Amino acid sequence: MYPVTYHRPASVEEALHLLAEEEEAMALAGGQTLLPTMKQHLAAPSALVDLAACGLSGIRAEGGGLVIGAMTTHAEIAASAEVAAHLPVLGLVAAGIGDPAVRHRGTIGGSVANNDPAADYPAALLALEARIETDRRVLAAEEFFEGLFATALEEGEIVTRIHLDPPKRAAYAKFPNPASRYALVGVMVAETAAGIRVAVTGAGEDGVFRHAGLEAALDAEFTPDAAAAVRVSPAGLAADLHASAAYRAHLIAVMAARAVAAC
Amino acid sequence: MSENGIGKPVKRREDRRFLTGRGRYTDDLRMENQAYAAFVRSPHAHARVSGIDAAAALEQEGVIRVLTGPELVADGIGNIITGWAITSKDGAPMKVGDWSALATDRVRYVGDAVAVVIAETRQGARNAAELVEVSYEELPAVARGDRALQPGAPQLHDVAPGNLVFDWEIGDAAATDAALAAAATVVELSLENNRLAPNAMEPRSAVAVHDPAEDHYTLYTTSQNPHVARLVLSAFYQVAPEHKLRVVAPDVGGGFGSKIYIYPEEITCLWAAMKTGRSVKWTSERNEAFMTDAHGRDHVTTARMGFDEGGRITGFKVETIANLGAYCSLFATATPTYLYATLLSGQYDIPAIHANVKAAYSNTVPVDAYRGAGRPEATYLVERMMTTAARQMGMEEAELRRRNFIQSFPHQTPVIMCYDAGDFPGNLDKAMAAADVAGFPARRAEAAARGMLRGLGYSCYIEACGIAPSKAVGALGAGVGLWESAEMRVNPVGTIEILTGSHSHGQGHETTFAQIVADRFGVPIESISILHGDTDKVQFGMGTYGSRSGAVGMSAIVRAMDKVEAKVRRIAAHLLDGAPEDIVIEDGQARLPGTNRSLAWHEIGLAAYTAHDLPEGMEPGLKETAFYDPVNFTFPAGTYICEVEVDPQTGVVRIVQFTAADDFGTVINPMIVEGQVHGGVAQGIGQALLEQVVYDEAGQLLTGSYMDYCMPRADDVPFYTITHNATVCPGNPLGMKGCGEAGAIGSPPAVINAVTDAIGTNDLSMPATPMKVWQALAGARAPAAAE
Amino acid sequence: MTEVNLTVNGRRVRRDVPDAMLLVEFLREELRLTGTHVGCDTSQCGACLVHLDGRAVKSCATLAAQASGGTVVTIEGIAGDELHPMQKAFNDHHGLQCGYCTPGMVMSGIDMVKRYRAAGRELTEAAIRAELEGNICRCTGYHNIVRSIRAAAAEM
Repeated sequence: MYPVTYHRPASVEEALHLLAEEEEAMALAGGQTLLPTMKQHLAAPSALVDLAACGLSGIRAEGGGLVIGAMTTHAEIAASAEVAAHLPVLGLVAAGIGDPAVRHRGTIGGSVANNDPAADYPAALLALEARIETDRRVLAAEEFFEGLFATALEEGEIVTRIHLDPPKRAAYAKFPNPASRYALVGVMVAETAAGIRVAVTGAGEDGVFRHAGLEAALDAEFTPDAAAAVRVSPAGLAADLHASAAYRAHLIAVMAARAVAAC
Repeated sequence: MSENGIGKPVKRREDRRFLTGRGRYTDDLRMENQAYAAFVRSPHAHARVSGIDAAAALEQEGVIRVLTGPELVADGIGNIITGWAITSKDGAPMKVGDWSALATDRVRYVGDAVAVVIAETRQGARNAAELVEVSYEELPAVARGDRALQPGAPQLHDVAPGNLVFDWEIGDAAATDAALAAAATVVELSLENNRLAPNAMEPRSAVAVHDPAEDHYTLYTTSQNPHVARLVLSAFYQVAPEHKLRVVAPDVGGGFGSKIYIYPEEITCLWAAMKTGRSVKWTSERNEAFMTDAHGRDHVTTARMGFDEGGRITGFKVETIANLGAYCSLFATATPTYLYATLLSGQYDIPAIHANVKAAYSNTVPVDAYRGAGRPEATYLVERMMTTAARQMGMEEAELRRRNFIQSFPHQTPVIMCYDAGDFPGNLDKAMAAADVAGFPARRAEAAARGMLRGLGYSCYIEACGIAPSKAVGALGAGVGLWESAEMRVNPVGTIEILTGSHSHGQGHETTFAQIVADRFGVPIESISILHGDTDKVQFGMGTYGSRSGAVGMSAIVRAMDKVEAKVRRIAAHLLDGAPEDIVIEDGQARLPGTNRSLAWHEIGLAAYTAHDLPEGMEPGLKETAFYDPVNFTFPAGTYICEVEVDPQTGVVRIVQFTAADDFGTVINPMIVEGQVHGGVAQGIGQALLEQVVYDEAGQLLTGSYMDYCMPRADDVPFYTITHNATVCPGNPLGMKGCGEAGAIGSPPAVINAVTDAIGTNDLSMPATPMKVWQALAGARAPAAAE
Repeated sequence: MTEVNLTVNGRRVRRDVPDAMLLVEFLREELRLTGTHVGCDTSQCGACLVHLDGRAVKSCATLAAQASGGTVVTIEGIAGDELHPMQKAFNDHHGLQCGYCTPGMVMSGIDMVKRYRAAGRELTEAAIRAELEGNICRCTGYHNIVRSIRAAAAEM
């Protein structure tokens, strides 16, 4: 790791000030992606602004939905009674991220802000039509996730809270990359107030996306068979050592069907 | 019989230090005046090095020195050697290109070391290494062994035209061709044995210390064979003469072959310690390990096997291309020849065998022995062939194997090996019973009802362990003798120290070696200590690989115990007033039957060292050394049966049952032996389903971390069912055969035979990833759909 | 440089270290607690697992500065005069060979037993295997590690 300056501000305001002050500063959440990236010299911020003491942790039920602080860990979400009561699918998603030790440190805000194309939360939040609150605004998930590791966050802007409303039904099915255990294909199926949402992670060349064909098919008939019958096009899907675009396309339909079965 | 004796599942004595965090691995050591090394490595698969500019690195705070290849050569540090000479079929010696620890003018694989930075801190060295500017002129590269041998391929070494290291053969070509021509059925098979990265969990590490007062060097290193390291570092690399060099391999966190070799980093650290006047430590990072630790396997093979009308094998013809990587590593040339083709007879009585092995240079990490070393490649070929043949001929595959099993011993195969003992039908019977093969059709039907494809696969492996005797391996080209040494010291108070040239890096020698001593003399196991891994303590040794520590290492201890016992008998006879041959040694005592006279073990020790009353002419002391050279390889063999379920929707393979019936001869500690099988089988499952080192066409390593190289995890493997069948090995005093590699050797074909049984198509390569299995299934349904 | 204050294995320590220092480096280099190991650089192998404020974390993916103010327990800190039941179970069931991944396995095992107990869930064989996703062993084929953790769970 290159030398870096570490800050642990006690408030969001102080954190924003530190981030604004130094051009190459980065916000540090759980660090489960950022620190390994820095160790491999793939990231070299001049300063790290640790958000741990900014009061951004915690889960609270509000208006039938949930508000989750950005620094809430995957383990906390997986074990949360509020989540289990209002949005159990999110607990299951959280329980499947990384491994237990990673879940003890990794946070929902960090994951969302990083927008790894193989991360689980982006698919979950997109399908659940979450709203992502930052220090300065509230963005719909649709607007927030822009592409590979790309979000609508501006320089120095940090995610503070995630707002979620319970869907009528929802489930997530992940096919892990055998090596990394990240999602090779992860499909979140949800029926929200607005309709059927199917969001796919791990597979898109440009990160998380919604699949119109699956949404239409499930809107017509919400059954595993309906999902499995959809011919997913490999166009625009990632191809690598572990999976061709065709295999990913096939898995999207299979995982969608499994998610529907679990709804 | 001691409760800690032979055959008892004695709990490991070494565990406590590991379980409490007090193990001492190389990177745990800290020397006075310690500096850190970081290597500047080639990002190109093949390039000329036209210049190195270290100015920016040297400006960094804490950077002590930057050293390069030309300086290393100028200081007389020799090239890295390969230890086994192979002669091509035309009589020409193998063609070995120069390999300098730091490249002088050319780099030949991604990771090839070009320079080293010595700095005050680990991070400082690493960060400065990035600032060393190397000017490269890129050259075309080739990563696959078969492509490297094609006309027009990029050339790696001037001495090896066409990238051909050797073109070697074994067996009778004419007889084999005739047998195949006359065969009722000829079965053809083409396959690849996938390249693997060993991945001992402890990364390699070295700490070099130079004492200018004595001009003496000490190297602490992650080695499976510190004496061989000292010999090679001294005799060939001229780092220091042997009597001025101590090599210590402290606790070593797994080896699997990868820590046999003497690598550029160890040589460089020793040299750098002398150049800088500092102790120099280097510890590999995992990504560095992927691009520098010797890889394993990497064969491309086509084979034909002939059968008569009765399903009896008449001949076996094999053509293999072995990819050796960019340079010839220490045992690289022996692995695809004498450790591979000599096992192509498998467990079967085959009248004629011929194998041709071409070894190729390529722009990849050097390939060398990895757990099994040649025998997994042979077993995979033979056992995939047997299953393929059974399918093609419509025979039941256990029956086809049974019909061809060697039934009497000794059995001379057409490919050098003379099998000394075994019970191949017995192994098969045991495995089939333990795996409940009879119940498989019902299990398959039940799985089908759940939409799952269930398959069952066999593998009847045989391998050769010990890598000995010295005279035989010498005749085949080995550069060293492959015996083992041991010393038994009985101290004046009766405690015992066993010094062994074997090295334990997970095998549990501190327990099993003590068991054979406790068993022999009836002394408490607590009074015995096992010393290994330090050239200053142990006089010499050949180290641990080739599953040789039992059959060769323990045999040497037995020989030393024989000598100690002879002296104890004479001392006891003298003091008890009897004849040496009448003395009975048991329960830690020497007694004279028919009398009430006896001596406790500590009394014997005291008598030997006080020397007040020893037999006339006897030297004082009680310490004996033995060098043991076996009479033959040993031949562990067994049957593995794997049962899988394949999810046809995703191609995911789940191993639902894995059954082993191994014949390891005498078992000293069944708990440890089973642990060896568990680990070996997991590595074999890894090879079959998960693991592969992948290079792209340009020679870039695509699997450089655990993000892309798939290591077996706990949920990838099942509980294993292990059974034993013991035929005693006649070739060594304990009747042992060796158990360290069998699991990795025998398991891959069992897994692939099971998966192909499940999916109903024989064509499937390792690793059988979900995508490949899905493609095979889709291909079987509609060929175009699998694209 | 940054000041790091920790309670490690019951002992309070204070060091001024580079901001970029990882917790594993702090433990190994500053405190010379070398039982915590490094086996990869992508935080997947789990050889570096320690307990931070009662939870299993990867000390290779945590800055010492992040941990400051907290309580760390390492493999050196779990046994008193007698081995912890998890350590004993690994010895009883041959749950280790080369020993390198072992500290991480033991710390992971203790953590999962505690969590499952707290949640009132049964730690089945399948659960143990799933919980070990972040701990890689190359020697044992996991067979005896799973048995060890299962046995220790009954004793803890």
